[in-house]
Amino acid sequence: MSRQSADRLLSIGLMAAGLLSGVLLLFIVLFISMESWPVLHHTSLSTLLTSTDWRPSMGGFGLLAILVGSLSVSFLALLLAAPLGLATAFYLSVYAPPKIAAFGQKLIEVMAGIPSVVFGLWGLVTLVPIMVHLSPPGTSLLTAGIVLAIMIAPTLTVFSLLAIKSVPMATVQSGRALGLGRGTILRTIILPQARPGIVTGILLALARALGETMAVMMVAGNVVHIPTSLLDPVRTLTANIALEMGYALEAHRAALFMSGLLVMLITLVIVMAAGFKSDGTDKAP
Amino acid sequence: MVSSYRSIVSPKTLAKFGAAFALAAAILYGFIPESGHGEQNRILLTGSSTIAPLAAELARAYEKAHPGTRIDVETGGSSRGISDIRRGLADIGMVSRALKPTESDLVSHLVARDGVALIVHKTNPVDGLTSDQTSALYTRKIANWSAFGGPDQKVVLVHKAQGRSTLEIFLKYFGLSDDDIRPDVVIGDNEQGIKTVAANPSAIGYVSIGTAETAIEHGNAIKLLHLDGIAASTAHVADGRFPMTRALNFVTKDTSSPKAADFIAYAQSDSADALIRSLAFVPPKR
Repeated sequence: MSRQSADRLLSIGLMAAGLLSGVLLLFIVLFISMESWPVLHHTSLSTLLTSTDWRPSMGGFGLLAILVGSLSVSFLALLLAAPLGLATAFYLSVYAPPKIAAFGQKLIEVMAGIPSVVFGLWGLVTLVPIMVHLSPPGTSLLTAGIVLAIMIAPTLTVFSLLAIKSVPMATVQSGRALGLGRGTILRTIILPQARPGIVTGILLALARALGETMAVMMVAGNVVHIPTSLLDPVRTLTANIALEMGYALEAHRAALFMSGLLVMLITLVIVMAAGFKSDGTDKAP
Repeated sequence: MVSSYRSIVSPKTLAKFGAAFALAAAILYGFIPESGHGEQNRILLTGSSTIAPLAAELARAYEKAHPGTRIDVETGGSSRGISDIRRGLADIGMVSRALKPTESDLVSHLVARDGVALIVHKTNPVDGLTSDQTSALYTRKIANWSAFGGPDQKVVLVHKAQGRSTLEIFLKYFGLSDDDIRPDVVIGDNEQGIKTVAANPSAIGYVSIGTAETAIEHGNAIKLLHLDGIAASTAHVADGRFPMTRALNFVTKDTSSPKAADFIAYAQSDSADALIRSLAFVPPKR
């Protein structure tokens, strides 16, 4: 085989792989949309999005309370995880001695890879009994937020570390040569350049929080209502699917696919926002 | 720059694109599972996640005795079992309740029985409840354990998500409607129910007796409550004294295939009893 034809084969193969992933995503969105369509014969889209009445057996398909549940759990998790994750990244990249930094980074990478159900079980058997003392039943928006925060903080740290490492060494060293302190270097040299990458990390961590299912289902309480306190139970869109999909038929099943479609659309918006942000980094001078 | 090269769509690029698309389509097509329904020696069971472990064990024993037969068990809830059988996607449906009047087009084959019982935290001094007391608890007419001689603590109601067959059995037995119940925690499977109650000294929930017995043996901090004076145990499900029970059924269309019928006959024979007991279910009287 000539070198040229080998090259062409490789190029065709790679293009096929690329197309495959794109087409798969398209198929998934199409499939979910088709499966969720029948619910619109039973309720209008506006009722679906503005009603809190989720009683599928009685024809109540309001997703608002569950949508609010998903968003509140995810943003609470982000609020808790962002300071922790960012502080860890700053420490490991700027302050930590090299050996600790290398070890810490490996640790964080391992943590980012722990399956979510493990966090869920830990939350249910360890964290919930502690939260019970605060206010029974211990499964609540706050508990779910804490478990999720612990899950997404490593993701956030990994992305922030990547962004910080992409800052050219030369600029950092120039700073040092000028006698700047580490805090000043972090604030005035590293952060401004790494910001788009860090924001991307934050958005992707948020997307992960929104999509998380098992861990949240185990500790959130899953009662359908709009939470009025941190200690109220909440149900998320993903937990809704996991709890009821096995038992749902017809319109109920379609309504659950609609839950999935909502998660997917929100996640897509977030990931697109993240992509937009990281484009900014590439083009930065 | 790559972008300027890409903007020229030459016939060669188009051909390459076409070839790539064909390859992608071929790979995708390869992933679409063939319907196994028509295969000679394959039996597909779908449905209740309660029955699935039992069905898998029965399948393993059956496969050993019938080389060349392959039995696959897929979960997805009793509702999936029903709809898969109706649509001809499975050979046998697993349904963990009696068939409803609207499902008279199907035939059910009783394989085992299971009881549903109330559980509380191990430290709760209450040992049993009557049906009326349970209804009063779940409708919040009584909201504190002190009413039953327990500690002065608010009762935490653990309830199942819609559609679960344990939920349907619970509601039917106590004559409750799902609308009357405002739970503190909604859970999915039995395992989650046990862990939730074990984490919560003032909680009450209801789960499968078999699963609860196994969990207690493994040291989970729960206990089974007597119901109307009758101890909740698999033994009392077996002798028919414990009232809140459910049937674990295999379901087929009336025109079921011979291979499915043979497997069902095996599952209903005496030789299945030991397996059924080992999974904490109760073999029916034959």
